[in-house]
Amino acid sequence: MRTRNPFPKKLDFTGLVELTHGTGGKVMAQLVEQLFAAAFDNRYLSQRNDQAVVEPPVGKLVMTTDGYVVSPIFFAGGNIGSLAVHGTVNDIAMAGARPLYLSSAFILEEGFPLADLKRVVDSMAKAAMQAGVPIVTGDTKVVERGKGDGVFITTTGVGVIPVGVTPPSGDRAKPGDVVLVSGSMGDHGVAILSQREGLSFETTIESDSASLHTLVADMVTVCPDIHVLRDPTRGGLATTLNEIAWQSGVGFKLEERAIPVKPQVAAACELLGIDPLYVANEGKLLAIVAPQDADKVLAAMKANPLGKDSARVGTVIEDENGFVQLETSFGGSRILDWLAGEQLPRIC
Amino acid sequence: MRFIEEFRDGTVARQVASQIVAEARRDRDYKIMEFCGGHTHALCRYGLIELLPKNVEMIHGPGCPVCVLPIGRLDQAIELARQPNVMLCAYGDMMRVPGKDRVSLMRARAQGANVRMVFGANDALKLARANPDKQIVFFAIGFETTTPPTALAVKTAQAEGLENFTVFVNHVLTPSAIEAILGSPEAKEGRIRVDGFVGPGHVSTIIGTQPYERFARDWNKPIAVSGFEPLDLLQSILMIVRQLNEGRHELENQYTRAVNSAGNLKAQRLTEETMELRPSFEWRGLGTLQASALKLRPEFAKWDAEARFTMPYEAVADHKACACGDILKGLKKPTDCKIFATACTPESPIGSCMVSPEGSCAAYYLYGRHRTSPTPEPERRTA
Amino acid sequence: MCLALPAKVLQLDGPDLCTVDLGGVRQKVNLGLLDDVKVGDFVIIHVGYALTKMDPIEAEKTLALLRQEGQPVPATA
Repeated sequence: MRTRNPFPKKLDFTGLVELTHGTGGKVMAQLVEQLFAAAFDNRYLSQRNDQAVVEPPVGKLVMTTDGYVVSPIFFAGGNIGSLAVHGTVNDIAMAGARPLYLSSAFILEEGFPLADLKRVVDSMAKAAMQAGVPIVTGDTKVVERGKGDGVFITTTGVGVIPVGVTPPSGDRAKPGDVVLVSGSMGDHGVAILSQREGLSFETTIESDSASLHTLVADMVTVCPDIHVLRDPTRGGLATTLNEIAWQSGVGFKLEERAIPVKPQVAAACELLGIDPLYVANEGKLLAIVAPQDADKVLAAMKANPLGKDSARVGTVIEDENGFVQLETSFGGSRILDWLAGEQLPRIC
Repeated sequence: MRFIEEFRDGTVARQVASQIVAEARRDRDYKIMEFCGGHTHALCRYGLIELLPKNVEMIHGPGCPVCVLPIGRLDQAIELARQPNVMLCAYGDMMRVPGKDRVSLMRARAQGANVRMVFGANDALKLARANPDKQIVFFAIGFETTTPPTALAVKTAQAEGLENFTVFVNHVLTPSAIEAILGSPEAKEGRIRVDGFVGPGHVSTIIGTQPYERFARDWNKPIAVSGFEPLDLLQSILMIVRQLNEGRHELENQYTRAVNSAGNLKAQRLTEETMELRPSFEWRGLGTLQASALKLRPEFAKWDAEARFTMPYEAVADHKACACGDILKGLKKPTDCKIFATACTPESPIGSCMVSPEGSCAAYYLYGRHRTSPTPEPERRTA
Repeated sequence: MCLALPAKVLQLDGPDLCTVDLGGVRQKVNLGLLDDVKVGDFVIIHVGYALTKMDPIEAEKTLALLRQEGQPVPATA
């Protein structure tokens, strides 16, 4: 039975991250105990081991990993911590899977305020709790000032595909399939941009960052054979569809009028000269389903609060060129090309 | 978005387009150059070209300041960014343009150069105030629309006595580019057929419509100065078709809500006060043009990067196979170029027309590649 | 070239500075190129500067002309 308290003085959150916080000694142990473990609080972490022992699930195991380097760290609608949970949960969910466990590795920069770290960790804990997915193991390292941008987080997740569900995959889109999106495009990217130095524009747009596994669960319940599920993160809807077009060897025909975009997102994109279809989303998914399944999947999406603005936006077509075509509101058409990199604001 | 969405009404657009179809005579074709890169962008973004009859052809003009900037000038900017203590501020449009050895500002940044993307001259000024130990150089590009903000920034730097702020001026003039097309040897030989112009809209808010009058008068070309929304463009194209049908060659102003004959006199004065004409300036794709570009006046040498820094200039010729010069003048189409979409693509652009999304070749590549089957001729109204 | 958009002036913030609204997004814009801008005016903004005022009456005139195009011309008796 443990009676000795090795940390007589409580962790002072007004201080800064120092190199000793990463060296494995008592200072680090206190940081882990009084910040990470206290926030994430579950029976796996409370064992204080470097690994978690878990029961293997029944069904196909799914695993994913992501690095989070977002800047600014805090933004309207979330921060790097909540993003680190939602993003990884979503990668699991896009396999049609139920997320089970998360791990998180932190790389902290010397000098990063502990108060900010606490905000990030508390957000992560809240997101994980709301998603019902425990953070069961983790790691902490500290790098010298100037060698890290405040904090980098790497989150790994494992999940299980329920028996009877055929895993969606990017190479399963077939001509005739219907493309659905779960809501408005471009919110996250605009929320981030509005806080970058120099743009000096203000919006009330918040990041849409959210865990989508319950939405996916509702969808696979009515349709265990969804062909493709993907969250259009960096590069937005257009980039994601280009990737899928390439993987599946098909083309797409989208209807511009059908794609939901919030008015302020449209306005902010106009000001910057960028296209909302290429702007990142962190709480939306696209689904490609067989035509006979489209109505019931769309209905299931709309019934979930995370998918209330869901819409049917286009179809998959035969096209050996793999173009993603957009029918404009004028009846003209253009290609949504696969851009080399992110769109940069323009003056011309 | 007030006064934007109304000009994007699809139903009205289709009606105006059908009017163009109805009025375009079948016994001739109409070759109309939209000068401005922003107009090219709008034509493509809204799929307007497909709404036009086949005998109304839009030729994409050289009004893209990114496209016409010579590689040598970009290399000078990159060299500056590599100097110890210099922070080079550039618009997003310039960041990925490849210079010598395929090095862009972005690649130079990865290699250690201090390059910052900014959204306006104001941001560069803010950086200068916040970093007194650094030399902030603002890489100023653009036609007459973007020049007055640069002029204002220089005057602000002067008023505040900012010692660490300079501008690398690359502002160019629109009438000179139009002149280069109309007055080129090929035009004189009758090889360039441009029947009329959709004139630049936002440049004209500054310089007014008056500078274009001589093109309509002396070259017998109808001009319609146009706004940037799709309805503006369609109306301007209709105005030009009508002028050509009626044998007129006048300057018309479609963008009356923002443009008048005289322009913004205060902005013109500011530009005049701070800048003067360069005797000549190299334009990528168009050759060396007289009196076509601006530099800071000697009184403002303290804020002139070319006065503060030693900047050797090395002209870089375009690739032998590049057809941009001819494309910019409307002599060739992008698809006529031997390296279009093969060696020359938006990811690895070889010529100026591919360099920015508004260059002719980039616009063709990005927006039109999928039209492998011929588009049906828009229906003519018989009523 | 020249990405420029009409926006409504919401408030004047000081010498040569104002806040505009475009579709619910607010931006700080420099007024140094114009004189006599009032709250409620529409201005055309480019790279954070107002280039000129936009005339709502002319805008409506242009829209009216546009809406007439392509309409069947009433038959004259």
